[in-house]
Amino acid sequence: MAFAQNQFNLVENPVKHDDINALAHLARININDDLLDNVTDNINSILSLVDQLQQASTDDVEPMYHPLDATQQLRADEVTETDNRQALQANAPATEAGLFLVPQVIE
Amino acid sequence: MEWETVIGLEVHVQLATKTKIFSGASTQFGAAPNTQACAIDLAMPGTLPVANEQAFRYAVMFGLAIDADIGQRSVFERKNYFYPDLPKGYQTTQLDAPIVGAGQIEITLADGSTKAIRIHHAHLEEDAGKSLHEGDFEQGMSGIDLNRAGTPLIEIVSEPDISNSDEAVAFAKKLHSLVIALGICDGEMSQGSMRFDVNISVRHKGEEKLGTRTETKNLNSFKFMEEAIALEVERQIDVLEDGGSIRQETRLYNADTKTARAMRSKEEANDYRYFPCPDLLPVVLDDAYIDSVRQQMPELPIARCQRFVDEYALSAYDAAILSDNTHIANYFEATVKQCNDAKLSANWIMGEVSARLNAEEKTITQSPINPTQLAGVIARIKDNSISNKIAKQVFDGLWLGEGDSADTIIEAKGLKQVSDSGALESMVDEVIANSGAQIENYKKADPEKRPKMLGYFVGQIMKASKGQANPKMINDILIKKLNELV
Repeated sequence: MAFAQNQFNLVENPVKHDDINALAHLARININDDLLDNVTDNINSILSLVDQLQQASTDDVEPMYHPLDATQQLRADEVTETDNRQALQANAPATEAGLFLVPQVIE
Repeated sequence: MEWETVIGLEVHVQLATKTKIFSGASTQFGAAPNTQACAIDLAMPGTLPVANEQAFRYAVMFGLAIDADIGQRSVFERKNYFYPDLPKGYQTTQLDAPIVGAGQIEITLADGSTKAIRIHHAHLEEDAGKSLHEGDFEQGMSGIDLNRAGTPLIEIVSEPDISNSDEAVAFAKKLHSLVIALGICDGEMSQGSMRFDVNISVRHKGEEKLGTRTETKNLNSFKFMEEAIALEVERQIDVLEDGGSIRQETRLYNADTKTARAMRSKEEANDYRYFPCPDLLPVVLDDAYIDSVRQQMPELPIARCQRFVDEYALSAYDAAILSDNTHIANYFEATVKQCNDAKLSANWIMGEVSARLNAEEKTITQSPINPTQLAGVIARIKDNSISNKIAKQVFDGLWLGEGDSADTIIEAKGLKQVSDSGALESMVDEVIANSGAQIENYKKADPEKRPKMLGYFVGQIMKASKGQANPKMINDILIKKLNELV
């Protein structure tokens, strides 16, 4: 998709309706046509802020993967969670023979 | 015009941890649906991942085994897509900072030469759940079992260094034997413990530029991989020779019908919108940790092969066969330990045991005869209780469960070799008495030709003893008696 490559070249390539529709599809959200202009403008203005940030020189800065300056604690490989299926399926819309049921998906 | 095939492999290896990569739910295979899927695996709101140290240890072991750089600061990312067997809506995986960097694996080709296949990297990630489209539930619905969701995987990505299906299979088998030797994967292909995605393209021989590739996904046996590659290479060449072009697409191979179909093309491919997972901090593994893993590395197949040559005086060929599969190597060493005869153990395992296992499509771990029982057979050959021929009968008896040790079967079937000289002498006497014509011929024969004539008498005696006479003693007694006659 064009979106990913163009995001930091907004002057020449602002985000368009098609990009917003593609993103909405990926996020499985529905954006009404009458909102499309508004959402597109908003996203473009957010991205121009990002664009501005991009101007800052980061040559000597190591990329930050997490805002906390800490490292991940690891746990021992021991079973701590045992079968709790009944409770965990209590609010599932449909189950059968222990399976969660969903509308058929075959790719 | 001659075509050239270019193949790269992505291999998913399920790590043999007891629990999931980000939760304390069990990974045991075969449990009832959703009984091993906890709130974290189900992406219940408010849950957070807690990373499993053992998964990192196993990934580091793999990295050390292929001489790769270990990513001492490894980062998890979210790969976003919607699918019912992925409750979070993203797979937690690694992209820019994987745990295992570039390395290589050497494969041996049919002609005995070797070739290095470069590994681009290997990263840690979680497996998805399983969708079932047919079962004991309403039509038009799919069943979701999330027991597998969150099982730790390493995805091993090769460079496109593979030139045909033989090399691909050799590479896959090498990886399979390596991860089993390391003890980081159970290697059970039928349970999905190792799955292969194959990237294939073709180009004219001598051409620099790579052709457009397709990816055939989720192959779970060496045989299917070989078939799928042959089929796809042929399809691509046909398309190109007809003036068409290859579409970059994902394909699925159906092993039952031996056909493949396109799953999704690049145009409609997912945009995964990766970003670093805010729920997981970078995992930092220091030198001391990596050194401690290095200390605990088990013997690798290549080292074991050399040790078999040095310690047991096996030929390089035998050592290679016996060391390649860890379970076979263990079986061999357990047998030798109990019978103290490496050569006989090697011969029996590569001969009788392998042949029977192959015929019944079993692996060594499913062998009905254990190393103690095999060692028992070998011990009786060595102390001359039974001949090689009788030993095969004893082996068959053990295989079919007719007794639990070589000795019980030898006893029950009366197979013990007759080494009692009195009994053997009377057998010889009887055969001589019944072979008048042959004895006359023997007497008349040139003394130099006589040794060759012994075969007939030995054969008769062995027949009379049902193969149980001690052949060496028979020979000695026979020569003595015949000399008396001449």
